[in-house]
Amino acid sequence: MKKPYPLEDRELVVVGAGPAGMCAAQTAANCGMDVLLLEETAKCGGQLNKQIHKFFGSREHGAGKRGFEIARELEGACRSAGVEIRTKNPVIGGFSDGRLLVRGETGLYLAEPRALIVAAGAQEKPLAFPGWTLPGVMGAGAAQTLMNLYGVLPGKRVVMVGSGNVGLIVSYQLIQAGAGVAVVEIGEEAGGYRVHANRLLALGVPFLFRHEVVGAEGGDSVEAVVLRDLESGRLKRIRADCVCLAVGMSPLVELPLMLGCEMAYRGCLGGWLPQHDREMRTTQPSVWVAGDASGVEEASVAMEEGRLAAASAARDAGRIRGKRAEKLIGEIQARLCELRGGPYNWERRQAKECLGSVTRTA
Amino acid sequence: MLDFSVPRGEIEFFLNGRPCRARKGDTLAAALWALGVRRFGLSRKKREPRGPFCFIGRCHDCEVSVDGRPRVKACMTEVRPGMRVEIPGEVGDEEALSP
Repeated sequence: MKKPYPLEDRELVVVGAGPAGMCAAQTAANCGMDVLLLEETAKCGGQLNKQIHKFFGSREHGAGKRGFEIARELEGACRSAGVEIRTKNPVIGGFSDGRLLVRGETGLYLAEPRALIVAAGAQEKPLAFPGWTLPGVMGAGAAQTLMNLYGVLPGKRVVMVGSGNVGLIVSYQLIQAGAGVAVVEIGEEAGGYRVHANRLLALGVPFLFRHEVVGAEGGDSVEAVVLRDLESGRLKRIRADCVCLAVGMSPLVELPLMLGCEMAYRGCLGGWLPQHDREMRTTQPSVWVAGDASGVEEASVAMEEGRLAAASAARDAGRIRGKRAEKLIGEIQARLCELRGGPYNWERRQAKECLGSVTRTA
Repeated sequence: MLDFSVPRGEIEFFLNGRPCRARKGDTLAAALWALGVRRFGLSRKKREPRGPFCFIGRCHDCEVSVDGRPRVKACMTEVRPGMRVEIPGEVGDEEALSP
């Protein structure tokens, strides 16, 4: 008979060491929980590691700091709180009883957590057009990874498709790195913050509004992009060796699906996501979600959601009680509400509130 | 802020038998892209060219053969000295590949 996998019996396992997962792990450990933080890659930080720009917002969410600096701070806070961090430990399976199959550095093992927080993050959405599978067509975040984490230029002539904040920020960084960039936007104006668009306009970056991508052409990799002007219907061919798609992200839902969590569709949050209540609890007992895996928003929101899920799990485990628990959870919820304030976030706030009020947990 | 002048090359590995250099700590995907390789593999059914789409281990479009193991995600694999990487057909910029 085959030897059974080694078993790890833990009070709390957090999957994903991005902003949500690290904040969850730290908060839970500070509440006295025994925490194991599992990370697929070699480094904690998730997508914070490639954010070389300074963050906006409030000071407690790291405004004025660069993403990778925030990542190092959160990692340090996790370590001092006593979190056990295992990088290069991808979770490759989940079972409806909450157990996880993990690929450790020396072999597979089963984690049997009494509570589980899934903070797996998101992936970039593709955009299908003839030629979209050609090498050189990639996510805007992929281009950012390549240049900001590894110092490799994705292309010399880049067409950025989409002008949300990701498209605008990555375009600016590509230019700083020495690439030429043209931004294609199907709408009439830039989708992201004006401050980002203005920086590109000041550099003379061409914006092609009311244009759509018709196709990418090339042999073994991209050589040109064909665009259609939606006003005149005319086609244009632009020479390019890289096409970056900045058309949104969707939550990574493989693990919640395997765990048997009920799903909901919310377009403004990136599509399918695990149904969850106002404390980030899914429909599966003792499984919480946090961060982009529960609906794509900002990194600051992900951090608070991680803290919220952890506080809820710590209360369920009896690690925090009564007024102290209510106060901690209430304070985090208030900060989340504030972060989602303003017209830019109205739709997402509504969607999250609606999810929270309909979720019934087992 | 961005430094692209870092010399690449503490590590020697082999691409289709040819010696190439990479920087320590790079993923194989970043190392290959830096060498000018764009097509990493061929799609299974139609044998169309494929290259990295996500660089974070999700899309499987960067899979190459490493030390005889087929379909290894290049973006999730750290480049190691002596690593033998195989990509079907002729790849990359001949000039960039020569050590």
